[in-house]
Amino acid sequence: MSDVKERIAELVGKHDVVLFMKGTTLFPQCGFSSRAVAILDHLEVPFETIDVLQDAEIRQGIKEFSDWPTVPQLYVKGEFVGGSDIMMEMFESGELKQLVAANAD
Amino acid sequence: MPMAADHIEQLIRAAIPDAQVTVTDLVGDGDHYAARVVSASFAGLPRVRQHQRVYAALGSRMGGELHALQLTTAVPSGDEQ
Repeated sequence: MSDVKERIAELVGKHDVVLFMKGTTLFPQCGFSSRAVAILDHLEVPFETIDVLQDAEIRQGIKEFSDWPTVPQLYVKGEFVGGSDIMMEMFESGELKQLVAANAD
Repeated sequence: MPMAADHIEQLIRAAIPDAQVTVTDLVGDGDHYAARVVSASFAGLPRVRQHQRVYAALGSRMGGELHALQLTTAVPSGDEQ
């Protein structure tokens, strides 16, 4: 129905671990995105990032796609995991490591 | 426009009546908050769904006038119930 939803579905289907964020891994443009990158770096898994600041359509579209009002957003194997607070909680409990280890190539 | 902490608390309580809500102004600028929401109604829900219920309570403010809200959610522990 809408192109942007198809684009997002393709992105989260193509990569095992995808982070929608503001900025890039080297230059995150927001503290929450920076924290999300730091968590994934720490887990030492390969991940893909999408800079929503470079794409207004995705910036709006991802909020509707996930029914989630903020960025960053993490997807693992096409499933929405959560934003940076959930990532931090799951990181601290060890759940995130398990999840990505089970799903990342 | 910044939001007052008690306004955030009211909105969450209005949507989740049994919730124990603790809102902390992290920087003192009325713009960066942490909220902890504890509700028995979260039982059995994945974290994402718990957070979505809180975001739904805040409506379009989230990501707009309410830029930064660190959110944690939980089900009350046995003693609290």
